[in-house]
Amino acid sequence: MARHTLSVLVEDVPGVLTRVAGLFARRSFNIDSLAVGPTEHQGISRVTVVVDAEGDLLEQVTKQLNKLINVLKIVELTPESSVQRDHILVKVRADAVTRLQVTQAADLFRASVVDVSTDSLVIEATGTVEKLHALLGVLEPFGIKEIVQSGTLAIGRGAKSMSERALRSASA
Amino acid sequence: MTNGSDISPALAAKAASRTKDAAPVSSAVEAGGPVQGPNNTVAPTEMTGSQAIVRSLEELGVKDVFGLPGGAILPTYDPLMDSSVLNHVLVRHEQGAGHAAQGYAMVTGEVGVCIATSGPGATNLVTAIADAHMDSVPLVAITGQVNSAVIGSDAFQEADIVGITMPITKHSFLVSDPEEIPRVLAEAFHIASSGRPGPVLVDVTKDAQQAGMVFQWPPKIDLPGYKIVTRGHAKQLREAAKLMAGAKRPVFYVGGGVIKAHASHELIELAEYVGAPVATTLQARGAFPDSHEQHVGMPGMHGSVSAVTALQQSDLLITLGARFDDRVTGVLSTFAPNAKVIHADIDPAEISKNRTADVPIVGDVKEILPELLAAYKTQIDGEKPDLTSWWATLNRLRETYPMGFTEPNDGLSAPQQVIQRIGEMTGPEGVYVAGVGQHQMWAAQFVKYERPHQWLNSGGLGTMGYSVPAAMGAKVGNPDRVVWAIDGDGCFQMTNQELATCVINQIPIKVAIINNSSLGMVRQWQTLFYEGRYSNTDLNTGHGTVRVPDFVKLAEAYGAVGLRCESAEDIDATIAQALEINDRPVVVDFVVSRDSMVWPMVPAGVSNDAIQIARNMTPDWEQED
Repeated sequence: MARHTLSVLVEDVPGVLTRVAGLFARRSFNIDSLAVGPTEHQGISRVTVVVDAEGDLLEQVTKQLNKLINVLKIVELTPESSVQRDHILVKVRADAVTRLQVTQAADLFRASVVDVSTDSLVIEATGTVEKLHALLGVLEPFGIKEIVQSGTLAIGRGAKSMSERALRSASA
Repeated sequence: MTNGSDISPALAAKAASRTKDAAPVSSAVEAGGPVQGPNNTVAPTEMTGSQAIVRSLEELGVKDVFGLPGGAILPTYDPLMDSSVLNHVLVRHEQGAGHAAQGYAMVTGEVGVCIATSGPGATNLVTAIADAHMDSVPLVAITGQVNSAVIGSDAFQEADIVGITMPITKHSFLVSDPEEIPRVLAEAFHIASSGRPGPVLVDVTKDAQQAGMVFQWPPKIDLPGYKIVTRGHAKQLREAAKLMAGAKRPVFYVGGGVIKAHASHELIELAEYVGAPVATTLQARGAFPDSHEQHVGMPGMHGSVSAVTALQQSDLLITLGARFDDRVTGVLSTFAPNAKVIHADIDPAEISKNRTADVPIVGDVKEILPELLAAYKTQIDGEKPDLTSWWATLNRLRETYPMGFTEPNDGLSAPQQVIQRIGEMTGPEGVYVAGVGQHQMWAAQFVKYERPHQWLNSGGLGTMGYSVPAAMGAKVGNPDRVVWAIDGDGCFQMTNQELATCVINQIPIKVAIINNSSLGMVRQWQTLFYEGRYSNTDLNTGHGTVRVPDFVKLAEAYGAVGLRCESAEDIDATIAQALEINDRPVVVDFVVSRDSMVWPMVPAGVSNDAIQIARNMTPDWEQED
């Protein structure tokens, strides 16, 4: 599978997420994950989108995204040059007998227990997709009742900021 | 590299050439470009949102708009009545307003404007907006929207037209603050007309139209995410020139972008210097004169043998403002298999979308062509490549397989002859606007196009019903030209209500109904691919039928002149009669054979090598001079 992570700076205006998501649907591009949130600059949001595309298709995705008027800048973040994290909340079956085993498993993944009841725990974890996959693999035997997971967030390593340059050209 | 690789389009185009000596880089036109129109200064003035809409259109230099009022746009129609600048043409159906604005834009090169109310008014514009999107027509559609307080409540005549048109517009706006109106309209016009042109929708809530605001002109355009690269990259131009200098079988593959860029003059200069054949696509007919000896015709599914072959056997496609549409390429994997590709286009997303470009050039062809010529001159240094053998091949094909047609066996007129004579008797100063189907292809094949903006049709979307309203818009834009709607009996019945608009507003278009009593192109496919089983293609409008409707009576009911031509010997006299009537629209019912078919044809799903000049007849490729 060809997973590529694109960071897309967009104007924070109504409908912008629809435009981005609609573009993917219309052009038959596959989205693996999508995360949207504010940035350090008011009026600018950042969309992190993981796409299943490579080569010419990835180029098409980027070019088509760039045609959206509300898209300010697109950067591809490679695994080597960036930090990429997903966030997960898992509700696991855990009674008095198994609770300790479950919390120990969570500890190994530096995950934390954020809710406890008589027969379940909610575990919160942050990490790469691979790490979270492994965590789920360990928790699975106890009985997973519910999962909620964020889209991938990614940020470039080093001192440079993606939005600085985009903003400078925007206000020029 | 610590922060990923930047892949903005302009940069992607340069990416291949990040060498230190690559001197002048592409120039990106920053957003916030000039507001259209004369840019008068208007000091802050209090007015309503609806007055601001009318005033903004006036300041943007708009003269003609097409529309139809309704509840949610009513406030705007009130000040519109007082405008001495804006000529509003009241259509009979909003789709007509949309196509009329397209026709207007296509002949004038200016932004076409259409206005409709919320809900059904807006959804009736959808086909025209989609059409403008496919054919890159600069169009601004202004729609009324229900009060902002009730948006989302399924209010009367509410439709989420911004949502509906999102995939078929270049951009869209929902305006609920009247203060935004001047800026949004200025931005809409800028987006619609710059770069690769396209439709922009401006949806204005009724309360925004009614509320007060302070009008000021010019507004400040604020589009930080909208950048256009106009100047081709020098390194790529040199690469292109190098390929051109080395090619044995080069061909100019010219698309509608050359017409949109007003670059015909530049194209002729380059093409004449290079001496290579020129093929003009359906959207580019007229971009290069048909009468020019280097013109080899139209490529594609119904293109000439010489043009199809010129592309197919080429070793270098010099692609200008074209997009490798499936109607041109046939099966993509077999298209021009031995050709390298130079692809110049203002839309970076078109480059390598369908066919990978060896030399991509992002920019405006009007700027690219002279620079490419200069680069080519430098490259060849006075020694032009010898294209004699290439021309010998193409000339043989041109002479052996000219555009032609056979007389029908049923004694009725040949539709091709009707269209050919309309073109010959009207001449290249006329404007020809087709619907979609057989008559469209014949109009592309048998009218001689000598100038850009002479030929209008719905190419990408293939919208039946485009012709009459688009011709109406073209006549409003070019009142001094003869405008022919060359239409089919099927197409005509989809939008002929605009004849009322033409009669009432004294827009004397001429409509030639190529009446074969059927949905002709579908019938042709049924003949060829469905064993002649004519499922639902008989329209009963022609010879030997009940003639419902009777087109002559229909024309007369509208107050237009209705003529009928039933035999070949009357064709010239009927056209002459139609050409003499200039105070009213004329509708001519040309009764033609239903068995005539469009040839040549590349059947769908096969390579262009399988082009047929008539049923089951392929050209003789073996004969080499």
